[in-house]
Amino acid sequence: MATFRIKRFNPEKQAEPYFEEFQLDVPEGATLLDCMNLIKWTLDGSFSYRMSCRSAICGSCAVKANGHALLACQRQAAHIVDNDETITLEPLGNMKPVKDLVVDFTPFWDKINKVKPYLEPKDAAPEKERLQSQEEFLLIDDSSTCIMCGACYSDCNVLEVDDNFLGPAALAKAQRFVGDSRDSQTLERVKALSEPGGIWDCTHCGECVERCPKPAKPFDRIKEVMTVALEQGVHNNNGARHAMSFFNSVKRSGNLNENRIPVESMGFFNIPGLLSLLPVGIRMFLKGKVPPIIHHSIDEMDDVKRIFKELDQ
Amino acid sequence: MIQHDVVIIGAGLAGMRCALEACKELDVAVLTKVYPSRSHSGAAQGGIAASLGNSEPDSWEEHMYDTIKGGDFLNDQDAVEEYVKAAPRVIYELENMGCIFSRTPDGKIAQRSFGGHSKPRACFSADRTGHAILHALHEQLMKNEKSVKIYNEWYMHSLIVDGDRCNGVVVSNVQTGEVEVIQAKAVVFATGGYGRVFKITSNAFASTADGVMAAFEVGLPLEDPEFVQFHPSGLYRQGILFSEAARGEGAYLLNGKGERFMETYAPSRMELAPRDIVARAEQSEIDAGRGVDGENCINLDLRHLGKERIMERLPQIRQLGIDFLGIDCITDCLPIQPTAHYSMGGIPTDKDCHVISDEKGTRMNGFFAAGECACVSVHGGNRLGTNSLLEAVVFGERAGKSVLEYAVGIDHGNVNEGQEKAKVLEKFEDIYQRDGSESYNDIRDAMKEIMMSHCGVFRDEEKLKVCIETLKGLQERFKKGKVTDKGKLFNTEIYEILELGNMLGMAVIIAGGALERKESRGGHFRTDFPKRDDENFLHHSMVFDSPDGLVIKKKPVVITKHQPAERTY
Repeated sequence: MATFRIKRFNPEKQAEPYFEEFQLDVPEGATLLDCMNLIKWTLDGSFSYRMSCRSAICGSCAVKANGHALLACQRQAAHIVDNDETITLEPLGNMKPVKDLVVDFTPFWDKINKVKPYLEPKDAAPEKERLQSQEEFLLIDDSSTCIMCGACYSDCNVLEVDDNFLGPAALAKAQRFVGDSRDSQTLERVKALSEPGGIWDCTHCGECVERCPKPAKPFDRIKEVMTVALEQGVHNNNGARHAMSFFNSVKRSGNLNENRIPVESMGFFNIPGLLSLLPVGIRMFLKGKVPPIIHHSIDEMDDVKRIFKELDQ
Repeated sequence: MIQHDVVIIGAGLAGMRCALEACKELDVAVLTKVYPSRSHSGAAQGGIAASLGNSEPDSWEEHMYDTIKGGDFLNDQDAVEEYVKAAPRVIYELENMGCIFSRTPDGKIAQRSFGGHSKPRACFSADRTGHAILHALHEQLMKNEKSVKIYNEWYMHSLIVDGDRCNGVVVSNVQTGEVEVIQAKAVVFATGGYGRVFKITSNAFASTADGVMAAFEVGLPLEDPEFVQFHPSGLYRQGILFSEAARGEGAYLLNGKGERFMETYAPSRMELAPRDIVARAEQSEIDAGRGVDGENCINLDLRHLGKERIMERLPQIRQLGIDFLGIDCITDCLPIQPTAHYSMGGIPTDKDCHVISDEKGTRMNGFFAAGECACVSVHGGNRLGTNSLLEAVVFGERAGKSVLEYAVGIDHGNVNEGQEKAKVLEKFEDIYQRDGSESYNDIRDAMKEIMMSHCGVFRDEEKLKVCIETLKGLQERFKKGKVTDKGKLFNTEIYEILELGNMLGMAVIIAGGALERKESRGGHFRTDFPKRDDENFLHHSMVFDSPDGLVIKKKPVVITKHQPAERTY
């Protein structure tokens, strides 16, 4: 018998969620979703969650299992829980629980809507198809596999502290059009995506890549949008300046000039921005955390130069 | 009371394509019991058919003949002709909207071979074509959000009709449990299929006959319900789809002895014969004890395709094999079995998507249907692979155009809101008041089991009679089922019960149609009548409800260009 420890919540009955345990013999070959169905159909009919296709394409059944988001239909139960073990199921994070494992997807879809998730073609529709090479197709192949399950959104560390962040799914969806050779709005898109809440607010933790059940892998897509933004000259924002300062510092000295990066990220002529750094600087100074004023290059600068030369090529 | 010009039930390919058309001049509501991106159209993998001729020269005439031969000559040929002629245009439109497609070396839409098609005609996005189109259409609806309101997670309970006119629907919000009436000048059903009545099925949990039964319950007939397609490659036990594209790319079917058994059944087309023929061949091998290791499955062998081709053309389904069976098709064979996949039958419509109320083709005013829930009939007795996505898009658009033609400039019909709401509320109350001596889960399992074993790939009179009796017993037990959740909030249990009620009704209709059709044609095979019988059965079945049970009438097949001929591959 495996123990399923499930977070239950029904605001019609209780003000707060609680955990309830169910014992189940996991049948051979059963998926986690099969187990949830067995619990619902044989033990407690009021257990609520979403599901539909059973084949990892509709994106309905994402839940948290042992603290991490996954698609319940995609996982063999035996791979995540043995018969004498306990598995904890909870609703997705970063969204408001509605009932048991069902959460409110409204903010998720609102953010998808914000990235203008549709093609804005370059010219009027031709008589036949617009030509696109297989190589150009491959640039949007991965992002187009997204099934909108919300697993990345659930486990995103930025969303946990910043509601304003568009989140991994919406940014991956944005890449779907930024990278599309048929789209005319590349520059406008990367400008909008460079605003606060966009690509540069991602902290590169890679959690979304770990959780994504498909090849969409949002952080990889976010990096692609960042690259396009820099290539298109969209530099006038903290994120882009930070990335360039970082790059230049490593190029010049082989390591980070931690006094220079915050100033360059803020922008030399951004007086209010620079002033806002002062209190942090003073606190760091008082605690003895200010990096050395004179920044030294590392000894192996020849290697650094060689790497950058290769990158240029 | 909620009011819209048009309400479309279902947000798959047909529903969304219809909405895009209708919203050009009308205020449109799309209602889905899931979310648009969760619709089952997204599970379609292999492709969408059109005679683009991007790989080899092709023509609509050949597409038409393949479709009719594949359908065992039960297709209405006037509808088929318009449908295949429209195919290239609708696919170019999808591409222009932004849908992604795999490409040929010269940048055109790539096309591959599929069962029953004499030319490589399947346009595809790797192995997730349905998903690509579904999301492209959803994107367009998001772009048109001002004229299309989407009701996510709402359930449609019943149609509101007044004589020969449809005036709206009764619905409820799954999230809150509130029952509402939507008054509309036109109602479009795009509610999909009902494969969930079978034990082994590729269909989503949502494919439960809600739409077709709502139509049946207001006295409309259902057409050709006995024609259910079993897909040859359902993953063993789970039944989920492993695309025919695998065979399109060159995969073999092997029995337990390692033989390519299709040589016996369809020597010229081999693994790429139409699905009904391949599924029957597989079941025959299994029944003769030549399954793999004596089990109810046969092997799908992709190994000779090589890693590179599998990774380029079939990456998603390779992952399915790994996730669901722990088998990597690059190195090992996949065990598969026939799985209930598609309903050729459904709500009868004419070729402009108007629902018809009798065998003479009388139109029901203000009621339209498109996609799998409808029976036009372009597929006849058996649908060819990649023709369903095409049907959904072509007839979704046509439904939209018909709605514009019908609804612009007319007024809403009369609706008695209180009375309509009360009927649905009584239905809920009835379920809550049941004595609770039966388990809905047991009833559902028993239905799926008997439909699979007695009304599946092979049928005969005795089995079908037992099937119908069993189903009637289950319908009685259904009236005594046990409910746990009596709350209003996101009560998935109550909706599953409503769906089960619909499925039991539909199962009886499928078996009833199958009993009446004493011949074998397309997806319907009677071991006691193993030949096609054009003299007595070259007609559509129209199944009506009556106080004495089902009444089955005949509707003639429209034959224009191709006289029925012997069907060999």
